[in-house]
Amino acid sequence: MDSALIPEGVKRCSFGKFIFWIIVVGAVLLWGVFAMLLCWFKGLNQTNMNDAYGFAVWIWADLAVIALGGGAFFTGLLRYIFGKDELKNIINYAVLIGFICYSSALLILAIDIGQPLRGWFIFWHANVHSMLTEVAFCLSCYFAVLTIEYIPLILENRQVDKVPFFHNLSHNMHGIMAIFAATGAFLSFFHQGSLGGVAGVLFGRPFAYREGVFIWPWTFFLFTWSAAACGPCFTIFITWITEKITRKKLVKKNVIMLLAKIAGWMLATYTIAKIIDTWYWAAVTVPSKGFTLMDFYSNNPLYGIWILVLEIVICGVVPSIILITKKGRESSFLLISAVFLGALGACVNRWVMVLQVMAVPVMTFESWPMYFPSWQEIATTILPVAYGIILIMISYRYLPIFPQEREIEQIG
Amino acid sequence: MLPFSFEWIWDLSHMVFMGGLWYALTIIGLGMTYCIIKAAVDTCKGKGGHCGH
Amino acid sequence: MKEQHKNTKAKKYGMVIDLDKCTGCGACMAACMAENNVPFKKDESNKLDSITWMRVYSLTNGKKFPEADMCYIPRPCMHCEAHNGHAPCVSVCPAVATDYNHETGIVSQIYTRCFGCRYCMAACPYHARYFNWWDPVWPDGMEKYLSPNVSPRMRGVVEKCSFCFHRYQLAMNKAYVEGRRELEEDEYQTSCTQACPAGAIIFGDLNNPGHAVNQIAKPDPKHGGRPMNPHAFRLLERLGTNPKVYYLSSREWVRRAGDNYIKDEGKQGNH
Repeated sequence: MDSALIPEGVKRCSFGKFIFWIIVVGAVLLWGVFAMLLCWFKGLNQTNMNDAYGFAVWIWADLAVIALGGGAFFTGLLRYIFGKDELKNIINYAVLIGFICYSSALLILAIDIGQPLRGWFIFWHANVHSMLTEVAFCLSCYFAVLTIEYIPLILENRQVDKVPFFHNLSHNMHGIMAIFAATGAFLSFFHQGSLGGVAGVLFGRPFAYREGVFIWPWTFFLFTWSAAACGPCFTIFITWITEKITRKKLVKKNVIMLLAKIAGWMLATYTIAKIIDTWYWAAVTVPSKGFTLMDFYSNNPLYGIWILVLEIVICGVVPSIILITKKGRESSFLLISAVFLGALGACVNRWVMVLQVMAVPVMTFESWPMYFPSWQEIATTILPVAYGIILIMISYRYLPIFPQEREIEQIG
Repeated sequence: MLPFSFEWIWDLSHMVFMGGLWYALTIIGLGMTYCIIKAAVDTCKGKGGHCGH
Repeated sequence: MKEQHKNTKAKKYGMVIDLDKCTGCGACMAACMAENNVPFKKDESNKLDSITWMRVYSLTNGKKFPEADMCYIPRPCMHCEAHNGHAPCVSVCPAVATDYNHETGIVSQIYTRCFGCRYCMAACPYHARYFNWWDPVWPDGMEKYLSPNVSPRMRGVVEKCSFCFHRYQLAMNKAYVEGRRELEEDEYQTSCTQACPAGAIIFGDLNNPGHAVNQIAKPDPKHGGRPMNPHAFRLLERLGTNPKVYYLSSREWVRRAGDNYIKDEGKQGNH
């Protein structure tokens, strides 16, 4: 039915099957949209956030998807600036995942603010000293860059490409993509960092606060670093899931191996930096404020020391070792476990730097407030996932996302 | 965001921050403008066959 | 905003709260709510989503009778100066909806500018900032009793104690009309100060040696305003927030409860 739109030389499932799954995922999407409208029209009383948890699951989701979407900027940087040419075979998918992650992040932010119609104040009345301002500016600009990187893919659709103007536009955009990629890397460095800075500058919250260089706390650099490490892990992981669902190989092994190796070294160096940061914070910063490390990990039902072990050892040290060793990378099970753990590590880190920061009591006569999101918060957090799946389904079906697909199919 | 808003101060923070922002926006804007104009010119010249990239 | 008024010396309005006098009656809380049109719900028992610009905490020394002791700590906004006005909340607000006034030392909140990101709430270690989770609704007829000097806040914005800034404006207006540029100590007092039946709250200009707050707390300008009175302390002094609310207590455990100390850290009563 829609075969004229499907890229030449590749197989896709039947149109009926495609529509069936679009409807299934679309139902979840509508559930999220309903919750989103409730939050917009009835206000944030629809959530379980409170005055102790001003930041909650949405901000975590925001930070997490931005970190996971970091695969786009870092792969782009490697491909266009450092000349890792093999990565051209996965860059499209990295861009698509990044586009989904960043559009989701902007949507979540739009739901999260108490007065959505005043959202533009952050641009117009910008306080240049606030990390959140830097986040908003760089995030929006980088989303524009991702859109620019995604447009040529749309223009390469079989039917769209027949229009000479679109064909030429796509060709020209490819021609100067390195400039856009460099701008994207510049913007990403700052907004990923600023997201780390959001927590790191909170000198009233000893759990979050970090010293640093000039105006940037150490978390600024750690967040950028971890996004560059975990973003590609997530790209590899989603590629693997896509291959499992479509039951075919979409990217050649050498491409995955190269990206995994680079991600592994990024993750290993990040983990070392994170260990040093944690040690310095626990040994110097925290005691200077009258706390000990274990004050942050005891006397509450959720935040035990296990979360620190999970973040640094299980999701940092273990995947690093797997990814930097050739044997580790070549075992499919170990590789996928490692990239999953790497991506999970970024999510745990963002959780800790948002939710645990809110939970830790600072005044001596306070206790740990606990929080569980309302169904509206859960639905609106799942909404971007459903939206992402739909966009991937449509893009995979109609756009040449994987340049090696046809070749692999012919060989196979 | 613009020197017209009353919070605007011509200090180092504003110049560095907003300078970075407008620099990025300019590159994005000029880049896209170039692509669109060149595509229009190319189309007028009759280009548009599959040249591969 | 950093410009100081040409004809007046910079003030630093602050409070001293004598915890040995505070009975925990809550009159300060009630007066604050009435004075500042603070919205309330039918059920205010959940203190995590109800707005109390001035909140009285109760704490105990954790000991058994006969050594058991308790104390009430009224907690308004601390109007932190931190370093040169970079209060924890002011420096993070992305839209300049909260500002440190160098003329008065008061941290303001601009409700019509706030777009509800709640970053300031995340930054404030005192939980002095409150979000309007609901639209403000007053019982029928009560709208008529609202103060015309304070704008009610809308759903989706953050609010907090303003040290009754409208009273400062009214007092300054009166002084200007009378050809004065300086206020007397009793011309500008917060509603909680006036409502406290025990006289536990004292308010004034910490920079003015003639004001009681200065005489009692004895802030040390060389050390970020730390109190020189051995019975005075500030909440979370070690974080460097440089708050303008000082507490007094003759009891060491109360002073120690004002900040965090590592277990074996030298027994410090105040700082």
